[in-house]
Amino acid sequence: MDLGSHAGFILASYGLCLLTVLVLIAWIRIDKANLERALKELAEQGVSRRRPEEGGR
Amino acid sequence: MSPWAIALFQRDLRLSVRVGGSALVGVLFFLAVVTVIPFGVGPDLNLLSRIGPAILWIGALLATLLGLDRLFQADRDDGTLDLMLMAGRPLELVVLIKCLAHWVATGLPLVAAAPLLAVFLNIDPLAMGAVTLTLLVGTPALTLIGAIGAALTVSLRRGGLLLAVLVVPLAIPVLIFGVSSADAAIHDPVPFLTPFLILCALSLIAAVIGPIASAAALRFATD
Amino acid sequence: MAFWDYANPTRFLKLVQVVLPWLTGLCVLAFGAGLYMSFFVAPEDYQQGQTVRIMYIHVPAAWLSMMCYSIMAVSSLGTLVWKHPLADVSAKAAAPIGAAFTFMALVTGSLWGKPMWGTYWVWDARLTSVLVLLIMYLGLMTLWRTMDDPIKAGKAAAVLTLVGALNLPVIKFSVDWWNTLHQPASVMRMDGPTIHLDILWPLLVMAVAFTLLFFVLHLMAMRNEILRRRVRTLRLRAASAAHPRSAVATAQPAE
Repeated sequence: MDLGSHAGFILASYGLCLLTVLVLIAWIRIDKANLERALKELAEQGVSRRRPEEGGR
Repeated sequence: MSPWAIALFQRDLRLSVRVGGSALVGVLFFLAVVTVIPFGVGPDLNLLSRIGPAILWIGALLATLLGLDRLFQADRDDGTLDLMLMAGRPLELVVLIKCLAHWVATGLPLVAAAPLLAVFLNIDPLAMGAVTLTLLVGTPALTLIGAIGAALTVSLRRGGLLLAVLVVPLAIPVLIFGVSSADAAIHDPVPFLTPFLILCALSLIAAVIGPIASAAALRFATD
Repeated sequence: MAFWDYANPTRFLKLVQVVLPWLTGLCVLAFGAGLYMSFFVAPEDYQQGQTVRIMYIHVPAAWLSMMCYSIMAVSSLGTLVWKHPLADVSAKAAAPIGAAFTFMALVTGSLWGKPMWGTYWVWDARLTSVLVLLIMYLGLMTLWRTMDDPIKAGKAAAVLTLVGALNLPVIKFSVDWWNTLHQPASVMRMDGPTIHLDILWPLLVMAVAFTLLFFVLHLMAMRNEILRRRVRTLRLRAASAAHPRSAVATAQPAE
């Protein structure tokens, strides 16, 4: 399709939005991977999350 | 006013005026900002007189922000803040009185210096009066809004810069109506009273929201 | 009450596990439909030509930048008034996402402005308000980063969010006033009285898609935040177990 003379602006805005969303998703996923690894390491060290019979918070 | 309020007011005022307080540094900073701006924009007197009210307002905003981090921090450091929290007086009122004392020590000198600095900026007498009046009405709002930022950052060691970032967006309406009512007195695109009364309203709103929010933030910061 | 059942982080995480794939699928579908419609179905504007297609991401991004702040304000009420344990998690997770959408609204607005107004930036009332909103988001994020204790940080940020929520209408009003004072009636308005259905439909679909995207990201970020607090609690516990004599870190279970 033809985007006319301002194609650059249209594509740039869609591209930048896509980039922002991708960066956001990547950041969240990397963050999650790091946190899960930390949890796993702590579990291997034998730090238990809560004493038995203790409700959440 | 009850005796404890007067005592608190006098104590805060004395502390900020005497050695170690930073009340007069604010005025010096104000002077420095106003002096520096002509070096940035050039010595054109017409231009300076046109943007003069804006320069004075921005200078006052920056000078107010500069002094705010001491509002609660010194009291927190020596434990006075905990005593105030435990004393059973309404904390909102305590904050309001502290803000008032802070304003008398730092805001009022800025207002008093404004006519003098207006001379440097080639602002004519009528506009000089208008700017001074708007500063008199508007700087309490800056202090009261800034108190929220001061209370939020009270537990941080280097809270001053963050305080400014947090407070500046909230202070935009005061700046807009302060400058535009000063401008209205000169060029009158609108009658002076319209923006001026809105500025007064903003100060009154800040006198309600500021103490309530700061008191809440202080309670959370200390418990 | 279902709302309180999910106050338990573990139960909330299970719910997220179930809901997230469906929500993601819906989001992808909505984006597929919305992008197709905005590029191939929507006609070009008789005045703005093809650049009107920027509107289909600009307007939803701007709408989400405001919705996100509303969600943060409601979450802050949840923190301060109802003391819902997930409220500050929700508020903290929403802030970067809101900042991202606000950034998108600004960038697309400025890229739309270049062909329309001839410059990338005009101090237009809307753009300026959105810029102020971005500064507020960034300030909130910084406030959160500078405090270690998540509970205290959450309360401080909640106070600031609510003050900001009270102030935003005032800021909007004063920026509008300032704008009419300085550049009267130069700004093109896009919310004309009549918006054609061919334009409205893609816009609505894109708005739905953006909203779904927000909820997907928000749930993911909330899950991260819960995990982060778990890690923090465990580390504090490990540290206090390693040095039992040095004043037992009164680790409030801040997960």
